[in-house]
Amino acid sequence: MGDQPQYGFDTLQIHAGSRPDPATGARQTPIYQTTAYVFRDADHAAALFNLQEVGYIYSRLTNPTVSVLQERIATLEGGVGAVGCSSGHAAQIMAIFPLMSPGANVVVSTRLYGGSVTQFSNTIKRFGWSATFVDFDDTDAIIAAADENTKAVFCESISNPGGYVTDIPEVAAAAKHIGVPLIVDNTSATPYLCRPFEQGAHIVVHSTTKYLSGNGTSVGGMVVDSGNFDWSASDKFPSLTQPEPAYHGLKFHETFGPMAYTFHGIAIGLRDLGMTMAPMNAFQTLLGIETLSLRMQKHVENAKIVAEWLEQDPRVVSVTYAGLDSSPYKSRVHKLYPNGAGALFTFAVKGGYDACVKLVDNVNIFSHVANLGDTRSLIIHSASTTHRQLTPQQQEAAGAGANMVRLSIGIEDPRDLIADLDQALDAAMA
Amino acid sequence: MSEYNYSDTYLRKILTEAKTIVMVGVSLKEVRPSYFVARYLHQRGYRIVPINPGHAGETLFGRTVYASLADIPEDIGPIHMVDVFRRADQVPQIVQDAVDLLGPRGLQTIWMQIGVVSPEAAEIAEQNGLHVVMDHCPKIEHQRLFGELRKAGFATGIISSKLQ
Repeated sequence: MGDQPQYGFDTLQIHAGSRPDPATGARQTPIYQTTAYVFRDADHAAALFNLQEVGYIYSRLTNPTVSVLQERIATLEGGVGAVGCSSGHAAQIMAIFPLMSPGANVVVSTRLYGGSVTQFSNTIKRFGWSATFVDFDDTDAIIAAADENTKAVFCESISNPGGYVTDIPEVAAAAKHIGVPLIVDNTSATPYLCRPFEQGAHIVVHSTTKYLSGNGTSVGGMVVDSGNFDWSASDKFPSLTQPEPAYHGLKFHETFGPMAYTFHGIAIGLRDLGMTMAPMNAFQTLLGIETLSLRMQKHVENAKIVAEWLEQDPRVVSVTYAGLDSSPYKSRVHKLYPNGAGALFTFAVKGGYDACVKLVDNVNIFSHVANLGDTRSLIIHSASTTHRQLTPQQQEAAGAGANMVRLSIGIEDPRDLIADLDQALDAAMA
Repeated sequence: MSEYNYSDTYLRKILTEAKTIVMVGVSLKEVRPSYFVARYLHQRGYRIVPINPGHAGETLFGRTVYASLADIPEDIGPIHMVDVFRRADQVPQIVQDAVDLLGPRGLQTIWMQIGVVSPEAAEIAEQNGLHVVMDHCPKIEHQRLFGELRKAGFATGIISSKLQ
């Protein structure tokens, strides 16, 4: 919102949100490990509960450590505000919750993390919601999949696990045509590699568990609002435009303008769904973000080196990394992801499912875990783990076929990563 | 977000120098946005002067509501800012009245709320040497500049290594 001066990303990732602690002068953000906050008087309490004043009531809603992280991520994404959540999955439910009602649907990319495919294809049905899955390279299909009950379009910027990169401006145009917000999961790219709001997206979600925290210590999520979607332009979003009974008939959009969605996320979402981020996790994530750009540069550099080595190896069938010269997405990366295509990709191994399992069992530097975005390099056979619950068709569409191994490239010495894969591939072929 | 941008220095100066704020079109209903703004500014120590012809003679936070700018008594003292909650097409006349009636009483700023955009009104104000803010909310800007909004995780745009 402020217009001066324009600080660089490397400055903002350290300073945004984090001023010296007003109580003590502590330079690093303190961990406010408290549940509740004392009111000045009864009038102050009433004003806080009525949303007439912004302040701390109870840590399910707001917490001084979590709010620093919220402001930092909102700033790095170029949004107006953000709501911290207990996990990335919580963030996805929190992001669509204000838009949905029984019978409502979302149009979703087929290229999603397996857990998200399940959340959207199966679990949200319990709320009376549904999702239609579409190939997001076909924007006409996105529009065709929408109906009068569609409330949002959802995709990942750099998708997990396939290394696919979304053409966000094209998808945003489709969402605009439908008249609903585009929600982008920016976990794998981080705001260092992709700023979805600058490409037309309206809402960003994160699993802060990944590159943002960076060290694989803390589960968390974030919903970031651009403030750029006009909720009152149609009657599709009554939760944001119609009187809210729980707040004496207050209308969120009318009262809070561009901050309406974020206020709703706190005052309804966190209050009633309770998927709150823990202060300790926010603190760990703040530490991680201080070095985000440095880590992402190294992640991307290493990913390119390892992907190029795998691509020329006769034991490997194919490599999906969008940062390769051979990628069909090369021009899209150049145009929309100029800082790199991330560090997450899959490769197909000769020998199929059995060879993949052997490969994963024989690495010594790579860790066999269901995570990504750690400083450590990680490996997983998606079809037998993270994407196991999907049908073969869903696995293929998500880029998690039976012969595919997913790598999350860390910031170790790339020669050691190559040597580790080399000996494990030997074992897999034996 | 607004296409009208004002520097933090400019907004901070306006909100620091103003002590008495006339609120044209403020509602007396608790859930209306204008009531929120009036309540906040009152709580932050500003003297508010409510203008609402439908409620003239009633009080809002202990302050008498007047029907029009012309009705504001002299004993209230200097008037520094007029905050407008009316439709854009009504604003040029309100600003002309403010210039005529309150200009001699120390008026410094015409502030038009979010959604209230009137380049014509802005021109009248600027020609008379007044500061102008359009399509913004003084409550939001005060909360942003003076610390409250960061409590809820909004991007305030403020970077500082100073202890405040």
